[in-house]
Amino acid sequence: MWMSELPPFIPFFIAALLALFTRGWVRGLIVLATPVLGGLHLWLDVEPGINQTVSILEYELSVMRTDRLSLLFGYLFHIAAFIAAVFALHVRDTTQYVSALLYAGSALGAVFAGDLITLFIFWELLALTSVFLVWARRSERAIRSGIRYLIFQVGSGVLLLAGALVHYQQTGSLAFDFIGLEGLSGWLIFIAFGIKCAFPLLHNWLTDAYPEATPTGTVYLSAFTTKVAVYALARGFPGTELLVYIGAIMTCFPIFYAVIENDLRRVLAYSMINQIGFMVCGVGIGTALALNGAVSHAFNDVLFKGLLFMTMGAVLYRTGNMNGSDLGGLYKTMPKTAMLCIVGASSISAFPLFSGFVSKSMVMTAMIEEGYDYLWLMLLFASAGVFHHAGIKIPYFAFFAHDSGIRTKEAPLNMLIAMSIAAVLCVFIGSQPQYLYSLLPWEVDYWPYDTTHVLAQLQLLFFSALAFVWLNKQGLYPPELHSINIDAEWFYRTLLPAGARRIADSVQVTGRDLTDAAIRSFKQGGKSLSDTRLGRFHLAINWPTGSMVLWITIILGFFLLADVVL
Amino acid sequence: MPDPDQKQYLFDKPRNVARLLGGFYVVCVLLFVLDFILHRHVYLTWENLPGFYALFGFVACVALVLIAKEMRKVVMRKEDYYDVDE
Repeated sequence: MWMSELPPFIPFFIAALLALFTRGWVRGLIVLATPVLGGLHLWLDVEPGINQTVSILEYELSVMRTDRLSLLFGYLFHIAAFIAAVFALHVRDTTQYVSALLYAGSALGAVFAGDLITLFIFWELLALTSVFLVWARRSERAIRSGIRYLIFQVGSGVLLLAGALVHYQQTGSLAFDFIGLEGLSGWLIFIAFGIKCAFPLLHNWLTDAYPEATPTGTVYLSAFTTKVAVYALARGFPGTELLVYIGAIMTCFPIFYAVIENDLRRVLAYSMINQIGFMVCGVGIGTALALNGAVSHAFNDVLFKGLLFMTMGAVLYRTGNMNGSDLGGLYKTMPKTAMLCIVGASSISAFPLFSGFVSKSMVMTAMIEEGYDYLWLMLLFASAGVFHHAGIKIPYFAFFAHDSGIRTKEAPLNMLIAMSIAAVLCVFIGSQPQYLYSLLPWEVDYWPYDTTHVLAQLQLLFFSALAFVWLNKQGLYPPELHSINIDAEWFYRTLLPAGARRIADSVQVTGRDLTDAAIRSFKQGGKSLSDTRLGRFHLAINWPTGSMVLWITIILGFFLLADVVL
Repeated sequence: MPDPDQKQYLFDKPRNVARLLGGFYVVCVLLFVLDFILHRHVYLTWENLPGFYALFGFVACVALVLIAKEMRKVVMRKEDYYDVDE
């Protein structure tokens, strides 16, 4: 049946076009129906093993290649697009509707891309379509932040294209399969994926732009870009040992920033890097268990991180504020949102019966099996830290803590529904993981619920919480302050512009000195010229440039006239 | 901050907060004791330490917060830090 070979991005692109011309409930219906119908179609009609190509000029683009890995992300992105659409249903802004649909479609295009050129096209489309979700905030900060975001994302695409071309020259193939860190092409593609994956030092586009996007835009942003990158790493670089070390660093360094960050959506952005770190570790270990852990954690992360971003989006929508220092006590007026936030927090903290537990434990177990004992300790530290900053800090400072005196309304119904769907999925996957496990790409016999795992995890989490209580009671917990923290972005937001300005200044100064010197010597030359016989002619008395131009114009004009007349 | 609507909410009563914390402490003690009753599979030598996960969780989080607090001295800036120069 030809329908089964319809690339999943096409319905989204068509829907985006329709969203441009429709309004009101019609448009709402379109954005809701697209992921539902597309997802059902993918679930019911599409089997692994399809490779659909289209010819453009003389080149064959593989626009739909299905296997269990791409299908898993395909299902995930349809679910994410649906939940985010419900959450954003109250929005009236056409820009956001159109860009969100194009963005979700591009993510689907990227995961079903069978060759590197197709991947590149959707890789860049992801960047171009998503930046409008940042710009739609329409503030000066958001626009600047979006530009920085775009530079990183487009830069990543350029590296990907360069890598793809070198890869083609070396191997004669553009198929997107295992690439590996060999040669220039491997490294170029690796760094391209690494930028989108928020590798350390390349991560600030995420913590910069995500908190600046609209309340609903961030929900979309958190679902797609980084997960496409994790998918790409899982396909191109499984078992690359370097990734284990990169991933371990990614799990650890952001949690320090998360503890002292005031903007709660930026806290979530940092915690997102931490979660991606677990996935990157899993890809780096490269065993079937680890890879399953990585992709299932990506699956769960979209849901629980989406849920947390939605709860914070609802708070921002209702209060217009996202600073931990200004919020607090919101459980009094937003009790449902508070409860849903706690579900998301429990899931990201990997409490047993919540979704994070069933996927993160796979990566942790695989790490021990492969003998990374010390890195495992780092991940354990990060697991405790996640609970601390995302599990406790987010709900605590937004909904409890000291009463900020803010009295607002509960989140709108569509937001509550969207958050509830995500929350139900978090609990369902966490308590019935066999359904998610049956979709995983690699054959593995694994079950997370045994005494060892559950007890160890509960002890870790409860005593992390105890540390929070104790630090608070002792007054040692750092207060939320109106502040920002400088990170790697300082190099390009402060050092680089300052350096450029200094160079520009010194160039200007040098230029002025040179000009002065030239004028001086010129004047002296003029003086010495006026001493000669030539100096007695009219034009040589002083040498205004104007008179020279005038004379040249007269001469040229004469030639022109002569040419026409004669 | 005084309550603008004068309504008493769940955690406005100190007794409720104390109850919550009391329950939490009990669970912590229970979990710690369970470590000696239930048999944990041990894969790494560190895990042989009684209450390893509990101690690790507590120490890790205290260290995390205290280090992060020190980091503030180096990395913290005013909110408009980047706005000034750009």
